[in-house]
Amino acid sequence: MTDLTTDLGFLKLKNPVLAASGTFGYGLEFEPFLDLNKLGGFVVKGLYFDPRPGNPPPRLVETASGLINAIGLQGVGVKAFAENIFPRLQSLDTAVIVNVCGSDDEEFVAVVDFLNGQVGIAAYELNISCPNVKKHGFCPALSPKHTHDLVRKVKRASRRPVITKLSPNVTDIAEIALAAEEAGSDGLSLVNTFLALAVDVETRRPKLANIYGGLSGPAIKPLALRLVHQAASRVKIPVIGLGGIATGADALEFLIAGARAVQVGTANLVDPQAALRIIAELEDYGRRHQLARLTDICGTLKT
Amino acid sequence: MMVDPAARIINKETWGPYFLLVLESRSIARRAWPGQFVMVKASETTAPLLRRPLSLAGRNGDRFQLFFQVAGQGTALLAQKEPEDRLDVIGPLGRGFRLPQNNQTAGVNILVGGGRGIAPLLFLAGEMRAVHFPVKVLYGGRTAADLPLRDRLRAGDIPHACSTDDGSFGQKGLVTGLLAQELKTKGAAGGIYACGPEPMLKTVAELAASARLPAQLSLESHMGCGFGACWGCVKKIRRDGEESWVKVCEEGPVFPAEEVVWP
Repeated sequence: MTDLTTDLGFLKLKNPVLAASGTFGYGLEFEPFLDLNKLGGFVVKGLYFDPRPGNPPPRLVETASGLINAIGLQGVGVKAFAENIFPRLQSLDTAVIVNVCGSDDEEFVAVVDFLNGQVGIAAYELNISCPNVKKHGFCPALSPKHTHDLVRKVKRASRRPVITKLSPNVTDIAEIALAAEEAGSDGLSLVNTFLALAVDVETRRPKLANIYGGLSGPAIKPLALRLVHQAASRVKIPVIGLGGIATGADALEFLIAGARAVQVGTANLVDPQAALRIIAELEDYGRRHQLARLTDICGTLKT
Repeated sequence: MMVDPAARIINKETWGPYFLLVLESRSIARRAWPGQFVMVKASETTAPLLRRPLSLAGRNGDRFQLFFQVAGQGTALLAQKEPEDRLDVIGPLGRGFRLPQNNQTAGVNILVGGGRGIAPLLFLAGEMRAVHFPVKVLYGGRTAADLPLRDRLRAGDIPHACSTDDGSFGQKGLVTGLLAQELKTKGAAGGIYACGPEPMLKTVAELAASARLPAQLSLESHMGCGFGACWGCVKKIRRDGEESWVKVCEEGPVFPAEEVVWP
């Protein structure tokens, strides 16, 4: 029996499979479908300090093996989360990670300050990379300097480990990854969605009300893998890989390319039990390859 | 809600682009209620990637019915499925139509279906009649060929009237014309229940408001997941004077007409 436990240094997981923010609601939406305690963990939907109305519809468009979304981080805000939602997550025996958002650096710090008072959050994931909150959104992950400054401010305020979620929409991912590491980030997760456009040729209008959205799903997996490989080869802090993972084999690709853990995103929407299926497929792989620990394969890409 | 990865198709009926499937799944059928929907995987591959939301058109014991119109890649694939094939289905999902507490003194419930929107109303008519609520179904389509379920209404002895845009069957004009007449001439309606294209629903809401009758509308929306996780299917809803984007899959698809804010 292969040991699936995964030690990120700052956080120990039952297995390397997390559910990705924005595809897993606040976790509770999935209780009818699976035992949340079987997951390595999950990352709740991004939280701003105040409630957010989100973007007008249409918010979604399907593309070849992919999904472009421009939800606009509609959400309940940090106070309603703490009062109404988080108490129902606190008793879970899995890593509950909170995705933290902000319209400026100060809001990131305010969200973290507030959540520091809640017992049972495993880590914060900084969403510095959402592509579609505004037409020209606040996206620190596009700049190494801004990434560095923001991570440093949040780290000073945070009483918990900080995972910085990076954008794929950059020229040099390693430069941004190193900036986050240098500023004290405990880990990285990548990639967020790819900025994308779909056009209705009959009306010549964008298919999304927001014009641009973020592309996710199996279509982006090879692109995400390349970025994860490049980032993981340069930093010492653990990298959590995501982007189009829908099967155990997909997850293994990310682990072999250098990720210590993975997140399952869009696949949750299609198959709400996808994360459990992927965990079972990882177990099966471990058995077939007689691995003592699954994490033994992390970063073993032969080049 | 339940996941049934292998619900068996028992029967299939076809009228041009319209399809009625009977599926067997005890767990889904036993919980199904008019206005609810299921999410169906149309393909084993990622083309298309997402499931398709399909309206429940009825239930009978361990079986339930799905009615759909081919509108794109997903529904075209579903249209190729045959009896004995299995479908991966999640459901029932969403909040369906709510019945009034007591219908002893109220008038006839008017069920308005436009095009493929007839599906949940056929289901509702059956459930209402089972508890002795008087119903009348108004069924509209572009042409006679767009009224495939009218034989069901007749076979079920459900009082109904039809309209077509081109006059090829029933009254010429929109189904909302039938509704306006019904409200004018009868004047003793109980409630209005509607599903169909957005302009139709908007007119139904206006007619219900001027007749001071409660109306429930089933909204259609593109859905990512169908169970509240992605926030992709929102419509603007007004409650207590405040407007917000509300998930159709979770809080709907049926909403009180007065809550819907039209674009």
